[in-house]
Amino acid sequence: MDDVLELTVAEALRRIEDGELTAGEYFDAYAEAAGGDELGAYLWTANPGPTATPPPPESETRRRRAGDSLRGAPLAVKDIFCTEGIETTAGSRILEGYRPPYTATAVRKLADAGARLLGKTNMDEFAMGSSTENSGYGPVLNPWDRERVPGGSSGGSAAAVAGRVAPWAIGTDTGGSIRQPASLCGIVGLKPTYGAVSHYGMIAFASSLDQCGPLTRDVTDAALLLRAAEGRDACDSTSVGIDGGVELPSREDLDGLRFGVPRELSAEAEGIEAGVSEIFERTLGKIRELGGEVDECELPHAAHGLSAYYVLAPAEASANLARYDGVRYGLRADADADLIAMYERTRAAGFGAEVKRRIMLGTYALSSGYYEAYYGRAQRVRTKIADDFRAAFERFDYLVTPTSPTVAFKIGERTADPLAMYMSDFCTVPMSLAGIPAISIPAGLAEPDGGGAGLPVGFQIAAPAFDESGLLDAAHALERAIDFDTRPPGVRP
Amino acid sequence: MISEEECREAAELALDQLPLWVREKIGNVAVIVEDSHPRHLMGIYDPVGGVQRIVIFRDTHPNAAEVRKTVLHEIGHYFGMGEEQLQARTKMFCGCELSFGDRPNTHTCPVCLAHPGVLPVINEQAVRYALQIALALESEVAPRSIFHRKNYFYPDNPKGYQISQYDIPLARGGWLGDVRIHRVHLEEDAAKLTHVGESGRIHGSATSLVDFNRGGTPLVEIVTEPDLRDPAEAREWAQLLRTTVKQLGVSDVNMEEGSLRCDANVSVRRAGAEQLGTKTELKNMNSFRFLERGIAAELERQTALLEAGGQVEQETFHFDPRTASLTPLRSKEYAHDYRYFPEPDLVPLAPTEEMLRHAREALPELPAERRERYEAELGLPEVTARQLAFDAQLGDFFERALAVADGVEPGVLANWVAGELSAAQRHFGPDGREVDPAHLVAVARMVVEKRITHASGREVLHTLIDPGSSVGDPEEIVKARQLAAVSDASELEAIVERAIEAEPAAAEKVKAGNPKAIGPIVGAVMRETNGRADGGEVMRLIREQLGLD
Repeated sequence: MDDVLELTVAEALRRIEDGELTAGEYFDAYAEAAGGDELGAYLWTANPGPTATPPPPESETRRRRAGDSLRGAPLAVKDIFCTEGIETTAGSRILEGYRPPYTATAVRKLADAGARLLGKTNMDEFAMGSSTENSGYGPVLNPWDRERVPGGSSGGSAAAVAGRVAPWAIGTDTGGSIRQPASLCGIVGLKPTYGAVSHYGMIAFASSLDQCGPLTRDVTDAALLLRAAEGRDACDSTSVGIDGGVELPSREDLDGLRFGVPRELSAEAEGIEAGVSEIFERTLGKIRELGGEVDECELPHAAHGLSAYYVLAPAEASANLARYDGVRYGLRADADADLIAMYERTRAAGFGAEVKRRIMLGTYALSSGYYEAYYGRAQRVRTKIADDFRAAFERFDYLVTPTSPTVAFKIGERTADPLAMYMSDFCTVPMSLAGIPAISIPAGLAEPDGGGAGLPVGFQIAAPAFDESGLLDAAHALERAIDFDTRPPGVRP
Repeated sequence: MISEEECREAAELALDQLPLWVREKIGNVAVIVEDSHPRHLMGIYDPVGGVQRIVIFRDTHPNAAEVRKTVLHEIGHYFGMGEEQLQARTKMFCGCELSFGDRPNTHTCPVCLAHPGVLPVINEQAVRYALQIALALESEVAPRSIFHRKNYFYPDNPKGYQISQYDIPLARGGWLGDVRIHRVHLEEDAAKLTHVGESGRIHGSATSLVDFNRGGTPLVEIVTEPDLRDPAEAREWAQLLRTTVKQLGVSDVNMEEGSLRCDANVSVRRAGAEQLGTKTELKNMNSFRFLERGIAAELERQTALLEAGGQVEQETFHFDPRTASLTPLRSKEYAHDYRYFPEPDLVPLAPTEEMLRHAREALPELPAERRERYEAELGLPEVTARQLAFDAQLGDFFERALAVADGVEPGVLANWVAGELSAAQRHFGPDGREVDPAHLVAVARMVVEKRITHASGREVLHTLIDPGSSVGDPEEIVKARQLAAVSDASELEAIVERAIEAEPAAAEKVKAGNPKAIGPIVGAVMRETNGRADGGEVMRLIREQLGLD
């Protein structure tokens, strides 16, 4: 028998169904692996053994309804999702020791479908970052090269899945936080349409952009996970679910599908590494081989996406993070001080530098006298970008770009230069602003600029809103043709 | 006709949504759905004798909303309360029940405590209530209104922002009385802070305690145009607003409990000046009296300031009712840039046609309309019409009395209700017994028919209200207390004769042309009859016997 840790979840479930593997063995194998994690991917892990608490009777009915589809499969959860009674910090010291009184809808739905919580994964503080170096609890190492970052902000989830200490994971993507780390770690990462999965219990960074999605070893697992997590939630007014649900992908060709290549996010984009470009071009060739049409297209306002994003996301964050004030939960510094001093000292001690930077940016952008010039204008850019995509989707079924302009960079390489760090999301932010689904699949290995061993390169496919099933189908066909080996050299047997 | 399954679901949902105290009382109730009832009943709830069950007859229910109504009606009927009172009132963005005076922090949840990751969900019932208020004020409801975040740090504001409406409110424009409405919007209340320590304010207090029970209570903010001209007018208008909202049944509108709060913007200008002066804002006026006094004090302050050549600064004052003084709020507390921006966690609020229709249908007759009708159709004098129309309780009693008046003039009933009943109710306070409108009509009729005097009528009414007296109907009281008027003409004539004999000096003075001197003679008659003689008739007989007519 192969190593259990090398199975995709779909394969493992098939073995459990066939009696070749028990759910307990499957979970315990991962619980032990996660407990021995050397990547810094986890902030908390479950113990091996049977579940301490049997699932409540309510979830039994739900499980039956969902076909008992996930059969106890271990699930790594980004520490941004609230889990009742289990410490949830969003990577921030300000929430150290915080045990939520409730569980996020996405996590609960996955548990109801049979998934079992394996661990909470490390992340950039409040999902602000592209390298997971902004965690209040230490960095995460890229399993392909431990001197490099796994990307971020869902870096813990991506590293855990790639590093064989989780079979799959959920993360959140605000401007690229699922897709970019998936790209840097050589796995699949899907940001669904805004509103596909409930936000309830997902600690907010930028509410109008945040979206929960899967990080998996292949496209089928991404579909399997999304299928269980999506849906309208009475606790989230912005949630709508995916009409008709999610089909598991089966497509093996791309016959008749039209793929647009936005110039602004590929050839004309600044800072795309040569190796990344090469893999991207090679993948376009694969699309053609599979029968797809590839043509250049325009997203005239996409290049302004990053600027708009860095006004809108911090603006929302400045309000979302106001609740961490030391009054009700989490860190409280200097309880004897007067109110204002207590606020100031608590937030000064609890937040890291990047979070403070964004709170200041956002507060400034919303200030009276500046609102129109920054927030108002950024909103208009956002509308234009959404219009650009709508226009492009009249000609094309899918749009494709490199996921990240570069392969994984060295730890510490960009920490002193926030703008360089922000550029990591250049190709992923426009889809977030438009609210449309996009997936990153590993397309090959490329040498970083300056040389070295090959590192994973992600290929991004974006689709019209709520066309997750079509997107997953196309990604599945392409994934087969690429036939990428997701095992990093360090964990190869 | 609704399907059986839908009907059952709707009934179960309605039962689930009853307030906690009702659910505790009724326990588990089985829902039985039947096709029809021979007498076309809608539902039956009879918990006495046997299993707790509610029967709903499908044929009289076209949809789920009607089933819900029947459930509330039947349960409400059993508890002797309106359907409205059974609707659990919950917070603006979560499911916590509203409360007043309960143990602190017992009506809270992750949402209203602003735990990480929670999201607000708009309370549809609150929107329905707010729509009723907007429509009662003839305000124009926006097809889509938007919630914003109003950002500020304070311990009573757990999210660090209040969700409120900003540039696109629920409704704009409108009237109440002769005051124009500027806008009506929805927002959430802050939590309650108690500052322990000398100052009673956060600065200088030893400890501050936060009670989140109140946090998140739905608030409807109504802003008027600057149409009120003096403190008394402001007070009167606020009372009209209170009565109007009370009539809608959407709030207790109780100033002491804070379910009605009032801030006043005050400015003065020179006579004849077009432009309004710089305004100041007064907060914390938690009674109508304080509202009037606060505005008066501020007008005085501004006038003195301007007359001394000074200028009014735009600032906010806290009104201290104990000393009637105005203290400026420290600018640190109130000089805010609220950094409003659209609340990304909510979708725009777009009331459906059905919601608007419901709100319109639920509108009762409002005080201003009622006053007009009383004056125009019933011919009541303005003062009485206003009194009855602006006091919903009195007005409703008057309406019920009118319905059983059976020939007694509305004007007569109005005087009894606005005068004697209202005075007697004040006298006995909350302990007083409820009066049956038919009983009041009976009293008024006996007085009109001169079977008892007005004073006796008042006595009967007091007996009806007096919690210490044994209950009876007016006829019984008249009999028991021997209040029947002396109506036998010959008997009264004899009594008058004896009274004139007993007061010869007074009789002489009256005859000599001093009509005021008649008092002692009338007094003697009343003493003898125990006040049961009709005053007018007594006067007539005295004058007749003295040979004056």
